[in-house]
Amino acid sequence: MNIVNILEEIEKVDGEIYERLSPRRSAMKDFYSMGKKIAFAAAPLALGSMFTKAYGQTLPTAVVNTLNFALSLEYLEYHFYNHALLGTDVTFAYPTTAAKAAITTIRDHELAHVNLLKGALGTSARAEITYAMTDFTASGTFGDVYQNYLTFLKVALGFEDTGVRAYKGQATVLKGLSVLTTALQIHSVEARHASHIRQMLAAAGASIKPWISLGAGGIANDTGVPQVDPVYAGESLDVQAGVTITGINGNTGVTKAAAVECFDEPLDGASVAVIANLFLRTGSKL
Amino acid sequence: MKNNELEIKDELKEKSLFNGSLGRRSFLQFAGASAAGMALVAAGCKKDRGYPDMNAGATLDFKDDFGVLNYAYALEQLEAAFYVKVASAPPSSFTAAQKAYFQDIQFHEIAHREFFKNALSTAAIGSLEVDFSSIDFTSATSVLGAAMTFEDLGVAAYNGAGVRIKTDAYLVLAGKIVSVEARHAAYIRDIISNGSFADLNSLTALGANNAAGLDGALTPDKVLAAAGKYIKTKINVINL
Repeated sequence: MNIVNILEEIEKVDGEIYERLSPRRSAMKDFYSMGKKIAFAAAPLALGSMFTKAYGQTLPTAVVNTLNFALSLEYLEYHFYNHALLGTDVTFAYPTTAAKAAITTIRDHELAHVNLLKGALGTSARAEITYAMTDFTASGTFGDVYQNYLTFLKVALGFEDTGVRAYKGQATVLKGLSVLTTALQIHSVEARHASHIRQMLAAAGASIKPWISLGAGGIANDTGVPQVDPVYAGESLDVQAGVTITGINGNTGVTKAAAVECFDEPLDGASVAVIANLFLRTGSKL
Repeated sequence: MKNNELEIKDELKEKSLFNGSLGRRSFLQFAGASAAGMALVAAGCKKDRGYPDMNAGATLDFKDDFGVLNYAYALEQLEAAFYVKVASAPPSSFTAAQKAYFQDIQFHEIAHREFFKNALSTAAIGSLEVDFSSIDFTSATSVLGAAMTFEDLGVAAYNGAGVRIKTDAYLVLAGKIVSVEARHAAYIRDIISNGSFADLNSLTALGANNAAGLDGALTPDKVLAAAGKYIKTKINVINL
């Protein structure tokens, strides 16, 4: 990570970034040299706290709310995967070492997102969500989530596809802000996760593509798991900005399924909260 | 008569100077381009005709959302052209499933391209001429490597351009497309090496940061410089 580059990018948008960060240029020099010395893993945290000092007072409420909303989802995802790797009540076996490695990669990214968002929010960050506050069986809907590898993957897919939709749904709140770029960089990582989880499901025998297709009988949910219908509500759209995508400009190869696949749909905050709350215990719901 | 001759001479002078039909107005825009834009034009100049062909170029004017949308249109044109070629004659070692998914991706990119064309209407840039001479379309390794480059670069391009978009609807549309490109990228990466779907350490040159769990994000000048070898049409970037 090139911290100096990031600062220069911000300077293009906010010419006073250096003044905000510190009225003393020497303090910035300290940070530059620190950036070279501190461990790679600690850099985002240090950077996050630096931005909090710079913008913490002026971060608009809507932005704080959106980042805290994202933080809640990242906590959920992190605990879901972390427990699948470390939980003593987990009885399913990963079919391959690659499968476990992939879940580890995803867990590590979710933790990185938690830390990044916490750092960016600083004292405005919401209270921590612990594993004890979660219920990944969703009150029994996915009762064998940690005993059945397939169930585990289905819930994982629900989290990833929801995450992708949730970030998209919040994009306009962050419009024009440097933090939008960060949110987009998280968003596409979640989409990469979703694609891989879908491939893991396919490897386990499910009929599913790496991208969200049209469900059987033309429904929006392409997973074959009716319990996750709310995750895919509205995904079967094939008209974008007034342009009908199916068969566009005589391209008959662009079927309704292709038209649905090539645009992922956003999901509004309230709908995402309903889904997230299925996995949070009473007293900890959003 | 004399006046006419002078006018013709002046016209000729202007033509030789500005090489064809480049108008005064666009020259002024060109002259006012940022240093980054100028460097990009210089880098994109093709030597085969002996002079820079201003006439055939496409101009991306980033002063407003149309510039960003045309930028996306340019990248989607490139991707679509690539996948059309792959899908029409896939490498012989591709499995049936891989052939089917490359067909899928082909139609996704065609749909993206045609969407931007229709949405931009008269504001759309023309069709770009591509140059895939560096890709061996009979080799799975070469095709997959190029596909990964296009998808990862596409993701970084949308991620880096999002902050420039001023209209809510366009920002959401860019978001709707970029996650599909990320799904493509993960799929292609997993064919090349299973588990590399989100190997952010391999994407640092595109602005990714593994420690923070962040994907790539690049400014348009950097994206176009990287995509330059695949595009014959000269792309002029202004107001970046």
